[in-house]
Amino acid sequence: MQENIFKINEKEYIMPGSRACQGCGLTLAYRYLLKALRENTILTIPASCLCVLHGLYPITPVTVPCLNTTFASTAASASGIAAGLAALNKPDITVVAMAGDGSTYDMGIQSLSGAAERNTDFIYICYDNEGYMNTGTQRSSATPLGAMTTTTPINTKQDQKKDLVKIMEAHDLPYLATTSPAYPIDLYEKFVKAKRIKGTRYMHIYSPCPPGWMYPTKDTIRIGKLAVETGMVILFEIEDGRLRLTGRSKTMASKGKKQPIIQYVERQGRFKKMSIEQLNTLQAWVDRRWDDYLRRAEG
Amino acid sequence: MAAYPITPQASLSEILSRYVEGGELKAEYVRVEGEHSAMTVCISASTVGARVFTATSSNGLLYMHEQLHWAAGSRLPIVMCCVNRGVGAPWSIFNDQQDSVSQRDTGWIQIYCRDNQEIIDTIIQAYRIAEQVYIPVMVCYDGFVLSHTMMPVHIPDHEQVRRFLPPYKPHTILSPEDPRTINSVLFPWRRENPQGVLCDGYMEMRYKLQAAFETARTVIADTNRAFAESFGRDHGGLIWTYMTDDAELVMTGMGSIAAEAVAATDMLRAEGIKAGVVGIRVFRPFPKDDVVRAFSRAHAILAFEKAISYGYEGALCSDLKAALYGTGVNAPIHNYVAGLGGRDVKPRELAEAGRNAVALLEGQTMKNETRWLNCYTG
Ligand SMILES: Cc1ncc(C[n+]2csc(CCOP(=O)(O)OP(=O)(O)O)c2C)c(N)n1
Ligand code: SF4
Repeated sequence: MQENIFKINEKEYIMPGSRACQGCGLTLAYRYLLKALRENTILTIPASCLCVLHGLYPITPVTVPCLNTTFASTAASASGIAAGLAALNKPDITVVAMAGDGSTYDMGIQSLSGAAERNTDFIYICYDNEGYMNTGTQRSSATPLGAMTTTTPINTKQDQKKDLVKIMEAHDLPYLATTSPAYPIDLYEKFVKAKRIKGTRYMHIYSPCPPGWMYPTKDTIRIGKLAVETGMVILFEIEDGRLRLTGRSKTMASKGKKQPIIQYVERQGRFKKMSIEQLNTLQAWVDRRWDDYLRRAEG
Repeated sequence: MAAYPITPQASLSEILSRYVEGGELKAEYVRVEGEHSAMTVCISASTVGARVFTATSSNGLLYMHEQLHWAAGSRLPIVMCCVNRGVGAPWSIFNDQQDSVSQRDTGWIQIYCRDNQEIIDTIIQAYRIAEQVYIPVMVCYDGFVLSHTMMPVHIPDHEQVRRFLPPYKPHTILSPEDPRTINSVLFPWRRENPQGVLCDGYMEMRYKLQAAFETARTVIADTNRAFAESFGRDHGGLIWTYMTDDAELVMTGMGSIAAEAVAATDMLRAEGIKAGVVGIRVFRPFPKDDVVRAFSRAHAILAFEKAISYGYEGALCSDLKAALYGTGVNAPIHNYVAGLGGRDVKPRELAEAGRNAVALLEGQTMKNETRWLNCYTG
């Protein structure tokens, strides 16, 4: 993909006054993806940081129409919007569901899987900040091994992160992509592409979160980049079953280099209780996944 | 339209599928993966401006519980059939009304039907009511007793229904033409919008829902009247009555059990007992003034219910007592829990309860206790 900052839609869809934290990765991602989706978009969101970002009634900083829904029902809500628009013969609106990892990986997986199986015409976005941040940084099934959360306060999380992207891949979707606000052009271009495709499109955004991950707010981009450079996060897209690495992950693949995960882990307070065994297990997990994606990647 | 199959609602979701696939019904049918999603689809489709329908029973209704509140809080005119069935555990596929009665406080209008003709007519009325007051309507009818029995039914004419039911106008529409965030977070207090206008807080919104329920009583009665004028069938507005003019013993209930009470009344009348029936057609909004009028001459009231509020009595009985309190209607109310999990309720059993009540009337004081009809209690 050609990185070109001048191509990006100049219009802003989030006005000043969002209620998200300083340095929030989600907010950055949201800003760029709304630019890519442009006008004629309807959003639906569950309880989450994103819901808080949208502000308190009767004021919102977001200029895109948005329907709040309950925690487990984001994808079903998008199904309803899509069905309603189809019944009213309004086919040109892009329907977008966007939820955190908590509602996507955990309670919302049923409605997401259902909507994806029906190939509902919508874009589902999971912004993955690896925990229930809105309710105070509790563990979700997206929290990585060894991370401290408010519900794994002493022993840290004992289980690996669930590979939801693989689960979504098993739904045989027309388009699936992973991306990160640390690479806004990668993110932007994937959303421009997703908008053009019909059917269920799944977008996974790794969204660094300063208070939840316990790093200084100025480091969001740095942490986001380290996640990719250590192979914790792999940037790719799958279109019609063909997997392609993109952006930094693609250049890493051709140069064959990735950094040890300690580079990523040591900069975040959430990993401060991680044991050496956990670190080694996590490194082995990352290496295995990286090799797996290298093998599968085409062109 | 979205539905998820559950006995005894299942045949409804199957037949609607056939209508849609066969092109007889112009609709988008979303075959969701569960009832929580079925109600969500209805909520969101209604928010973009479509008219919606779903149906469920029992555990399916309970699985929707969170979304029932969400639908009412969003003030959406959703219409849903609840084909009443007992609730597990243990499993029972058979009829009682614990499912919908336990959802009484979710902010839905609840209408209970007593025969198949009333079901189809009430669904049409339900849209007209819901779309005037912006409250979702649950049309309840007894599983198997009504859902799996047949009677000749007049299918209302398409054009006539169209005339009776003007197109749906949403109060707020989710559209890129007028972007807004719907159902965002609220603080406990009222808050100004950017133009300086003080807007509702959570509590004002709740008050408005309650106020709409107050208005709904008139709307329901008017809708029934208008329906009777157009279609020639009058099912009663909030309540219906049978031989209550001179009745001393008045039986009451919701749905098919009230229809059984009509047969019991005929038996009692044949024995010279002045019996009558008040059928509670609308449970929410509770027809408080109507019941006071209907029971004003009663010497004894028998409330038969296919549900119970555990730890107290039937919810209908409590509501009746509350409505009569301080009105001068002091007839003793005998509460009977009946027909749970499909236990057969026969008119002669209701008549027997009536005879006992008459015997009790002779100078004895009433004990405030709930009796279990046709149930082995040890
Ligand atoms: C049924 C239900 N259970 C629990 C909650 C409480 N809740 C609100 S937001 C949230 C966590 C959100 O986590 P995530 O989806 O990861 O989004 P984030 O807050 O990280 O943006 C939870 C548990 C809820 N709203 N609804
Ligand atoms: S808690 Fe994290 S994800 Fe939520 S608003 Fe703050 S920075 Fe963003």
